[in-house]
Amino acid sequence: MARLDHGFYSLEERIFYVLLLLGGAVTAAGLYAAHSMETHGHAITGMTNQVVWGLPHVFAIFLIVAASGVLNVASIGSVFGQALYKPRAPLSGLLSLAMLAGGLTVLMLDLGRPDRVIVAATHYNASSVFAWNVLLYSGMAAIVALYLWTLLERRMNRYAKAAGIAALIWRFALTTGTGSIFAFLIARQAYQSAVLAPLFIVLSFAWGLAAFLIVQAAMYAWNGQALPEAVRARMARLLGVFVAAALYLVAVYHLTNLYFAKQAAFEAFILLGRGDPSGLFAPLFWLGYVLLGTLLPMLLLWLPQAAGPRSLLAACALVLLGAFALLFVFIIGGQAFPLEIFPGYTATSSFADGTAEIYSPRWPEWLLGFGGLGVAFLLTTIGVRALDFLPQDDFVGRAE
Amino acid sequence: MAPPRSAFGASPPGGRHRRTGKAGSVVAAWVGVASLALGLAGGVDAGERTPTPSIEKAAAGTQCVAAPDVMRRQHPQLLKHQRDATVHRGVRQGRDSLQGCVGCHASATSGSVAQAKTDFCVSCHAYAAVQIDCFECHASRPAQALAARP
Amino acid sequence: MSSGSTEALAGRRKFLGLAAAGAGGVLLAPGIHLIEVAQAATPEVTSKVRWGLLIDTTKCSSGCSDCISACNAENGLDPVPSPTSAQWIRKVEIKEIKTGRQASVPVMCQHCAEPPCVDVCPTGASFKRADGIVLVDRHACIGCRYCVMACPYKARSFVHEPLTNQKPDVPRGKGCVEGCTLCVQRIDRGGTPACVEACDKAGHHAMLFGNLNDPDSAISKRVRELATRQLRADLKLDPGVRYLGL
Repeated sequence: MARLDHGFYSLEERIFYVLLLLGGAVTAAGLYAAHSMETHGHAITGMTNQVVWGLPHVFAIFLIVAASGVLNVASIGSVFGQALYKPRAPLSGLLSLAMLAGGLTVLMLDLGRPDRVIVAATHYNASSVFAWNVLLYSGMAAIVALYLWTLLERRMNRYAKAAGIAALIWRFALTTGTGSIFAFLIARQAYQSAVLAPLFIVLSFAWGLAAFLIVQAAMYAWNGQALPEAVRARMARLLGVFVAAALYLVAVYHLTNLYFAKQAAFEAFILLGRGDPSGLFAPLFWLGYVLLGTLLPMLLLWLPQAAGPRSLLAACALVLLGAFALLFVFIIGGQAFPLEIFPGYTATSSFADGTAEIYSPRWPEWLLGFGGLGVAFLLTTIGVRALDFLPQDDFVGRAE
Repeated sequence: MAPPRSAFGASPPGGRHRRTGKAGSVVAAWVGVASLALGLAGGVDAGERTPTPSIEKAAAGTQCVAAPDVMRRQHPQLLKHQRDATVHRGVRQGRDSLQGCVGCHASATSGSVAQAKTDFCVSCHAYAAVQIDCFECHASRPAQALAARP
Repeated sequence: MSSGSTEALAGRRKFLGLAAAGAGGVLLAPGIHLIEVAQAATPEVTSKVRWGLLIDTTKCSSGCSDCISACNAENGLDPVPSPTSAQWIRKVEIKEIKTGRQASVPVMCQHCAEPPCVDVCPTGASFKRADGIVLVDRHACIGCRYCVMACPYKARSFVHEPLTNQKPDVPRGKGCVEGCTLCVQRIDRGGTPACVEACDKAGHHAMLFGNLNDPDSAISKRVRELATRQLRADLKLDPGVRYLGL
């Protein structure tokens, strides 16, 4: 009987392997989808010559933006010296690496020629944001790995602040680069806006913190511990601030667009669904992002009656759902709205000019997107198993 | 109060299973099986397991841009240089043009350099296990042959 | 490539002499290239030339698709396009909202002097040649589709499925992005784009091709005389394609 509570026979070990199996299965499904896309071409997906960046890009950009933002928790600890966040820094670093890996996996596997990634790594066009991002993303992985080393190895702890500052600056550059992918495009009504770079930074704060809180809650529950109420309340308020700030920037972006006559048709398309044959974008924006993804979480996070660990978890989950809704509207909606090659004219052609596109993702896109989440999940699971990432406060609470 | 544990119940310090030497015996067994397999493989004549490339003669009365041993080593560099000259500087019908290679080396039977397993490019590359993707984009049949087809 | 032996050889002695010399050359100098290229290599392009197109939409009728058929035949594209087919040129039927005036406009890659597709390409596969033609070097293209996002004219297409039977002069394949090349395979050999040739052959004469840098070329003279305009000129991309009647 003594053997039954440790080693492979313990429940935890077995559940760990089950989780590995689940994460591995999801990842394998994603890899299979990528292989199918590489063999048969993107014709098996729902993407066309009008919507060239589909659901995989929604997942990938979510993961990359959240990866940058989740490191915020570590930055608040190392750079701004908040003692409460210092023990959370290693977990935040691990999550950052895991989500970055997941996002980049999806991005690279969605390429038309994934076998040419080595070309992307060796040929750089200095004016391309994508080329900068190749350097920024790989540099981010290196810097976060270095930062984790300074946090986990006791004799390197004195360098943690310097590494934290480097990581902070780098991820600001990285998230600005991610927002600039869209901000630098003059072709489409949805993009070409300088506010997209700071918007992505604030979104990264919100999504990263939400993801962190969910993983932290899971780890505490696993170990029969609980987050003390004071800590929980502080982090909840912080998430509320980030979510509100993100809504502010989204509002600014749309208000400015509404003021320009040339953007009126696009704003009506997104906000009112006018001319949208799929009828998806307006409900996703208002219900998915504004109501469920921002206002409801803000209520859950700030209302004193709603305070509690369960409402915090619900708020985090809603914020992440809102993230997917916003990215879908932003990325897909921005492409579905037709290009204005002849302003003041209606247009029709064999190439879908003047026609709003209906984009319906097919199984390879869903599987590939979830495969990226699977990679992040796998890396996080293996990481917390191998090393000590559980936030160890001096005042450990017990679960009620 | 129990000592803090990391998630998923990591093994306590000192290890939980004392099986010294088991790892060593596993390694020894693997090395033994591997050398047996390699030894068997080494004994077989390479030609029986992997078909050597069949270099079909090129169009009669022609000679390649360089000697065969030079071409064998240098053709990737020649092709790469030529492709940059053609794509970026508009130099077509040069000495090293790919269409020139295809025109001479297309098989008499399949009419192509990359269709059948015995065709010029494919047979060597299959033997050397170096995958080429040129003909995912480039036509593997000469222009005149294509024009002649209905 | 044809061999030196297709040269006219008069007389047996000449033949024997040449054969002996050839054999001697082969024996003595293995590195010498004996092959003679029948056609000389085309010259490198320079920026002295800037290729442009002038399209007279008053001569374009709504039902005509001669330019499209010619492009498809020349470049090996789908004659009946699906939503995922590559279309290098298409006719856009436009109608002014306020006045109801209609026109039929062939739209292809505008070969901008400041191409946004070139700026955004991470590997530099999308590039502008010295003579102003904007091309995709498919050896470097990784299929990220950023140029498709960046082009205001929807000029670029992504190849969604494996291709076979490509034209030898126009290599194209799955996973890369492509667009109108102004028929570089023809103009490098001194010809004109297939669409222009087909339009002229059919007698419409709606498309004019020429060197915008040469003040005496037909196209330069016409754009100096007549009021032509570029599409989305407000974006200041300076396309090489100009339109009359818009």
